[in-house]
Amino acid sequence: MRLERRSHRPLFLVLVSPLIAIAAALAIAGILIAMAGAPVLEAYWRIGVGAFGSRLAATETLTRATPLILTGLAAAVAFRARLWNIGAEGQFYVGAITVAALGSGALSSLPGAVLIPILFAAGALAGMVLMLLPLWLRLRFSVDEVVTSLLLNFVAVLFVSLLIDGVLKDPLAFGWPQSLPVGDHALLPKLIARSRLHIGLAVAVAAAVIIHLVQSRTVFGMRSRAAGLSPAGAVFAGVPFGRTLVMVACLSGGLAGLSGAIEVMGVKGYVTTDLSPGYGYSGIIVAMLANLHPVGVIAATVFTAAMFVGADGMSRALGIPSYIADVTVALSLLTMLIALFLTQYRIRR
Amino acid sequence: MTALFDTLASAGLWAATLRIATPLIFGTLGAVLCERSGVLNLGIEGIMTFGAMVGWLTVFNGGDLWAGMLAAALAGAAFGLLHALLTVTLGLSQHVTGLGITLFASSLSYFLFRLNVPLASSPPTIEPFQPLSIPFLSDLPFFGQAVFTQTAPTYLAILMAVFMTYVIFRTPLGLAIRMTGENPHAAEAQGINPVGIRYGTIMVGSALMGTGGAFLTLSAFNSFFPTMVQGRGWICIALVVFASWRPGRALLGALLFAFFDAFQLRLQAALGGIIPYQIFLMIPYFLSIAALAVMARRARVPQALMQPYRRGER
Repeated sequence: MRLERRSHRPLFLVLVSPLIAIAAALAIAGILIAMAGAPVLEAYWRIGVGAFGSRLAATETLTRATPLILTGLAAAVAFRARLWNIGAEGQFYVGAITVAALGSGALSSLPGAVLIPILFAAGALAGMVLMLLPLWLRLRFSVDEVVTSLLLNFVAVLFVSLLIDGVLKDPLAFGWPQSLPVGDHALLPKLIARSRLHIGLAVAVAAAVIIHLVQSRTVFGMRSRAAGLSPAGAVFAGVPFGRTLVMVACLSGGLAGLSGAIEVMGVKGYVTTDLSPGYGYSGIIVAMLANLHPVGVIAATVFTAAMFVGADGMSRALGIPSYIADVTVALSLLTMLIALFLTQYRIRR
Repeated sequence: MTALFDTLASAGLWAATLRIATPLIFGTLGAVLCERSGVLNLGIEGIMTFGAMVGWLTVFNGGDLWAGMLAAALAGAAFGLLHALLTVTLGLSQHVTGLGITLFASSLSYFLFRLNVPLASSPPTIEPFQPLSIPFLSDLPFFGQAVFTQTAPTYLAILMAVFMTYVIFRTPLGLAIRMTGENPHAAEAQGINPVGIRYGTIMVGSALMGTGGAFLTLSAFNSFFPTMVQGRGWICIALVVFASWRPGRALLGALLFAFFDAFQLRLQAALGGIIPYQIFLMIPYFLSIAALAVMARRARVPQALMQPYRRGER
């Protein structure tokens, strides 16, 4: 048996590969559910019902998807240029805490129409700054940005913990470490009444579409793809490599920071150190499932968010730990890698 | 100033240094072995988490402490096999595969732990490794108490660093590993099987990572809880660069790092009222980043690191 490179990638295979990957991940996770002594099909049916079975369930899934679309986009734009930004989790938190600091203080008397865009920009800017440090270390000292951006995640959460234990601590929170709440003007309007779903979803979807247009229609998009396909080739073709990477890093870090900002302004109104159940890391999975396509990120996010939201109810009913959602989603990343490989190679006897 | 001196002169500080260093020594040695043959293993964080979980669960269910260590090593090797299948046989991106394995191994650890141990206000505990006083040496003044009253896995970690230095630099196998990491095509021309070498180093390296994780639950602490590895795996990846891919320097780097960590813990106790504790907790991560920045250009990277090897393809 040997592997043979295909002369071209069949478009059909590329399009169905995420579905095959997800089916394979569900099948493997099904073995775990069966080993834990629960009926597999019922478990998946309950996850589906928990995620989409009612108006409340569906809006919860979309609410959960909102920050994840943005962290997924953050990973997708960076990975497209082979910039390994694994720091979306930390960028999410600095975006969130920046919004809490500005939105609870001096600016909170501004009208919403002015305040909300300012806070979006501030959150995105904070995420950008946090991503520029690993990029600078890469360009200046050739340090692999994977490890540095990962390590900064821990620093960012500690930084948030420091602030919400100190200057930004809410004195009315019965001693719990949580930040001051943002003012009412800073809260995002609801998209659907009597739900938690807010206009952040529209922002996230618009971001995906805009990024798709930028990547497919602009010089910057072409350059960032070239930088990812072959750095040496890109430089030879006259692409300003460093500058392109800086722009990609700003875009990626900015999206992750915006994600944190939107989560604070849309859902909770304040920051705790468990604001994100791993949105930054799940974003990587979402980006890979979408094959780094910005619009595909939206579809991949709906699957991921549905697993997380649906698993809670399934867990209560069947006694299977809800971590099964994390396992399935992580597995889908590995199966997706294999599925993508098989679009490029075929197995010959 | 005298307080600072007293801290430095306390045997407790040096004993803590060795204790904190142990999982880092195991993890860094494992990562060095993988990278020496040309494969980056970012699965380390998840493999350490899984090792911590499976080692603890083995002992919790009545197994011997060493059976727990062995179970962690075998589980690590199994994840190593998965990593090797994806990165060596299929030649997939080592970055993304490694992260995928970390996410998979850590979520699987939490799942299996929760399945076996229901949620409780205080996690159940086991009887961990007891300090092992080496006869005569532990009676030496000061250093005897600091260095020679550790638990058995700490001594094992130090011996492992010596053993790996010997294997990598003094044996034909070590030469084959280094050649595979520098130029797998040339290695193959010399009759070495680069694929076999890479499978071997990744599996043994991952077994060491698993063992390092198990030290956390079987010696340093006595219970398992999610996120307990706390980035130690990523710190190991940084230490590999700091150590210039040399097992001996990996040992030194881990000890140096652990010394700073042990020292900041004591500073935290002394200055906790003045400086918030979070600042101290950030120090290890900044130290790792600084070590990377200083060493990245100086260190000689294995030339074939992160390049997949396919026979007859360039």
